[in-house]
Amino acid sequence: MNMNERFEAYIASDAKIEPKDWMPDAYRKTLIRQISQHAHSEVVGMLPEGNWVTRAPSLLRKSILLAKVQDEAGHGLYLYSACETLGVSRDDLIADLHSGKAKYSSIFNYPATSWADMGTIGWLVDGAAIMNQVPLCKTSYGPYARAMVRVCKEESFHQRQGFQILLALCNGTEEQKAMAQESINRWWWPALMMFGPRDEDSQHTEESMRWRIKRFTNDELRQKFIDMTVPQAELLGLTIPDPDLKWNEERGHYDFGEINWEEFYHVIRGNGPCNKERIAARQQAHDEGAWVREAALAHSKKRAAQSSTHAA
Amino acid sequence: MNASNAWPLWEVFVRSRQGLSHRHVGSLHAPDAEMAIQNARDVYTRRQEGVSIWVLPASAITASSPADKDCLFEPANDKIYRHPTFYDLPDEVKNM
Ligand SMILES: [Fe+2]
Ligand SMILES: [Fe+2]
Repeated sequence: MNMNERFEAYIASDAKIEPKDWMPDAYRKTLIRQISQHAHSEVVGMLPEGNWVTRAPSLLRKSILLAKVQDEAGHGLYLYSACETLGVSRDDLIADLHSGKAKYSSIFNYPATSWADMGTIGWLVDGAAIMNQVPLCKTSYGPYARAMVRVCKEESFHQRQGFQILLALCNGTEEQKAMAQESINRWWWPALMMFGPRDEDSQHTEESMRWRIKRFTNDELRQKFIDMTVPQAELLGLTIPDPDLKWNEERGHYDFGEINWEEFYHVIRGNGPCNKERIAARQQAHDEGAWVREAALAHSKKRAAQSSTHAA
Repeated sequence: MNASNAWPLWEVFVRSRQGLSHRHVGSLHAPDAEMAIQNARDVYTRRQEGVSIWVLPASAITASSPADKDCLFEPANDKIYRHPTFYDLPDEVKNM
C-alpha cells in the first residue's frame, strides 16, 4: 500500500487526521479552502448584524445582539486557528479574503434593511448554518471537528434569539407582523442557497464525501432544513414565499420551487447587492487596526528587552 | 506581509473547574503572554467555560512524530499482563 492508499483506508475506517499526520495535498488544499471560507463567513457575517447594534429597540435586545456578534467573531477565530494547523498563515488567509481570492457565504452579500432582519437572520441564516455545521462536528480533520463542536454549542442561542424576535413582531401590531413577513420574503431564497449548488453541479461534493470532510450532500441538507423550517413558519403565522411549497406524502418531505441559480452565481461572482461594501468594510477595519497591532508588538518587544537586561 | 510583524501563536489550556486539569482548547495570536490571556478569556471563556487559563507559545511545544507512533506506543500492546484482567483468579477471591 502506498501513502495515498493507506490514507484512504484510514479515512474510510472513520479515523481522524491530525495536523502532523501525512495527508495528500488535495486533502490539505480542500480543507484550507473550506475552513478559511467558513472562517471568513463568520467574520463577514458580523457586518449585517453589527449594522443594527446601535439601533436595537431595547437595551436587552442590544446586549443580546452584541453577544451574538461577539460569538461570530469567536467562531471566526476558532476556525482561523484550525486552518493554520494546515500550514497557512493568518495573514495570508486574510489577504486572500481582501483580494477576493477566497470566498465566503454569499448570504452576507444581502443587506439587512429592517429590525426584523435580525430575527430572520438568526432564525434562517443561523438555522441553515447549524444544519451545515452539526455534521461537521464529525468531520475527518481533528482540529476542524473540535472547532465545530465549540461553534455548534454556541449557535443554538443564535437561532433561538432570532426566532424570538420574530415571535415578538408576529404577536405585535399589524405593521410589525408585516415587517416580519417582508423580511422573510427577502431572506428565504438566499437562505436556501446557503447549502450550495445542487449535488449534480457541486464540484467538490464527491471527493469531500469520500474524505469524510462532508457527511451529507448539499441537497440532503437543504431538504432537511426546509422540512424543519416550514412548521416553524406556520407557528409564527408567516407565509414562505414559495407557491410550489407543499407536503409530499409519498416522499415524506416538502416539495419546493426552483431556486434562482442565476442569482446565486451572480452573487458568488461578486455582483450581489453588498459584495463590494462588505470587503471594503473588512479592509478598512484591517487597515485602521494596523497601528494597534504594531504598537502592541512593539510594546511587548520593548518589555521583553527590558526584562532581559534586568535579568543580566 | 512581513512574518516578523505577525503576532506569535499561543496554545490555550483551560481548567473548566477546580479539581480538573487544564485541557487544550485551541490557539490564538497575541503579542505577549499577558495579551494572550486576555484574548483567551474573550475567545474561549465567554460562557464560564473556565476558572483558570494557561497560555504557552506554540513554538515551545515539542511533539512526538506521527512516524514514531508504532515504535513509541506499540510495545505496550503485547504487555497484557499490565492489565488486571490478565489474571484469572478463583471466584472465592472476591473484590480484588
Ligand atoms: Fe457562527
Ligand atoms: Fe451564529
